[in-house]
Amino acid sequence: MSSSMTTRVQKRPSLAALLNENLPAMMRKAAFVFACVAFAAPVLAEEGAGLQVANTKVGNIASLQRGARLYFNYCSGCHSIKYQSYSRLAEDLKLSPDEVLKNFAFTGAKIGDQIVSNMPADHAQEWFGKAPPDLSLEARAKGPDWIYTYLKSFYLDPSRPVGWNNTVFPGASMPNVLWELQGTQVAHYAPAKPGEEPAVEKLELASKGSLSAEEFDSAARDITAFLQYVGEPAALKREAVGVWAILYLVFFTFLAWLLNKEYWKDVK
Amino acid sequence: MANVFTAIGNWVNERAPGMMPVYRKHMTEYYAPKNFNFWYYFGVLAIVVLVNQILTGIFLTMFYKPGAATAFDSVEYIMRDVDWGWLIRYMHSTGASMFFIVIYLHMFRGLMYGSYKKPRELVWLLGMFIFLALMAEAFMGYVLPWGNMSFWGAKVIISLFGAVPLIGDTLVQWIMGDYNPADATLNRFFALHVIALPLVLLLLVVLHIFALHEVGSNNPDGVEIKKKKDPATGKPLDGIPFHPYYTVHDIVGVGFFLTICAFIIFYQPTVGGWFLENDNFIQANPLVTPPEIKPVWYFTPFYGILRVIPSKGLGIFAMFASIVLLFLLPWVDRGAVKSIRYRGLGYKIALGLFALTFLLLGSIGAGLTGEAIPKLFGASADVTSIEMHFGWLLVLMYFGYFIYLWVYTAFGFEKTKPVPERVTGGGH
Repeated sequence: MSSSMTTRVQKRPSLAALLNENLPAMMRKAAFVFACVAFAAPVLAEEGAGLQVANTKVGNIASLQRGARLYFNYCSGCHSIKYQSYSRLAEDLKLSPDEVLKNFAFTGAKIGDQIVSNMPADHAQEWFGKAPPDLSLEARAKGPDWIYTYLKSFYLDPSRPVGWNNTVFPGASMPNVLWELQGTQVAHYAPAKPGEEPAVEKLELASKGSLSAEEFDSAARDITAFLQYVGEPAALKREAVGVWAILYLVFFTFLAWLLNKEYWKDVK
Repeated sequence: MANVFTAIGNWVNERAPGMMPVYRKHMTEYYAPKNFNFWYYFGVLAIVVLVNQILTGIFLTMFYKPGAATAFDSVEYIMRDVDWGWLIRYMHSTGASMFFIVIYLHMFRGLMYGSYKKPRELVWLLGMFIFLALMAEAFMGYVLPWGNMSFWGAKVIISLFGAVPLIGDTLVQWIMGDYNPADATLNRFFALHVIALPLVLLLLVVLHIFALHEVGSNNPDGVEIKKKKDPATGKPLDGIPFHPYYTVHDIVGVGFFLTICAFIIFYQPTVGGWFLENDNFIQANPLVTPPEIKPVWYFTPFYGILRVIPSKGLGIFAMFASIVLLFLLPWVDRGAVKSIRYRGLGYKIALGLFALTFLLLGSIGAGLTGEAIPKLFGASADVTSIEMHFGWLLVLMYFGYFIYLWVYTAFGFEKTKPVPERVTGGGH
């Protein structure tokens, strides 16, 4: 979340500068007040708390395709994305319906179906202690940085029922399904304060996986980007249309300003 | 073509001769002071947002399905499967927050230039009723997507009515129609949000504007333009016809405002979790409490007052009192001079502090101070205690503003500057 926010913050001044040339001082004041009120908020809300920046690009279709492949291979067995249909996926990820069905639909689904896992919820409850949640809106509820860091933060913990724990979400019911890619991590604990459980200081790779650290980062990023897309499929269109809407409004405002100047030139 | 319009105009005029005088009174012969500044855009912007909320709301209503089992899914349906549904919904959700930004600035303008003072008390009172109706409208609208913060926010806010003596618990159940916010609550909030309160709002807005046009607009100098009229024409010397001068003027402001709104709608629709909160992308769940229950940003100053007062009853009383006192402002402030330009230094400082207090109370209500305290005072700082004491100071400052203002103006402490006979500046 914070990454996309930073890029927006950096983009903003260029159009603001454009407006500044066209509009009188009074409007610049208005711009300033609105900018303060509307855009101070996300800066204040910058994510901290030890999350790594996901640096995802939802507009990068190749990344979304790789993310989808990983998602369907490693996640979709347990987690549904019930608000997403296979057909919409094909359309937005520029894949043919056949490609989508052959590569992603392991459940015998048809192209118009929603993407729902075959795992029976009551059994899942029994197996994991908690039914795996639907992930349609996970990126919107937790933010991409959370997902990215979560995927990278599993470590072996024999005290947990499934043998895995997670520093971002301690006590998570889920095992590290990506272990064969990432390898297995173990925790180094900081010396415990009296009366407290020792806290995890850092994670260390104990045995290597099939991917290097950089490759795994990139895989986690692709999965995150895919979930971000699933959280808001309209984002692709939203950002593409927005430029034209804003350009139109800037032009309209400029014309209105000229008209206003003409009307008011004789008012003393 | 022009002849056709004239003919239609004449046809209507013959049958409804009272229409033209109304148009003239409110548009072409409504004389507004010519020295309006930036702060005078927010009235028209509020109307623009109101229209936006009604229009986008109509389309949302076509696809939204009230009900605990259907609401959340139908919102996602709008966001994903309805053509341009995401745009309509973002326009509505952004509009809600922009409405409050605009209204707060509009109210602050009233405080700066003394627009609530005689003869405009009625305008102010009607405006305050609009503010109340808007808060109710926004609260109920916020519950409709049936996210987890909708549910818990509704639970917290409705439970405030439990503090009413004797009938409290019954009242809470009566409002919810259940023991928890549930299907019944959602359906009645839908009814109130899409028809009852919008009707009230529209009526109040019309009355607000009519009341304004009876007495005429105030201006940044706080000068009554009706006192200096052209002896020949009887028109105010510092006035200018609202239409076309201020209509064309307002179009510029509206265009600029819409550009900013478009930025938000297309590139930052959640505004980092402030306009659309992260926890509201999780479906309502009575069994899972969000990490922190807090209202949307526009309620946080009032919620801040509630939060820092430990006694529930007293907190609720203070929260309601903080709004009621705003209604009474025309009678609290006894100063004869309207505009901050010519008021005493004591007023300028007090108003600045009052605005700052409002923002800081908001930061407490939003949980920002809770995050900032460990950074400022170290990790071992007692966040609750520091926040409480800071909060009490702010509550005292909020209510202190009204007491101070009354003492300052009623007992002649204020040293004002001479107010000019005519408005200063204006024209372009």
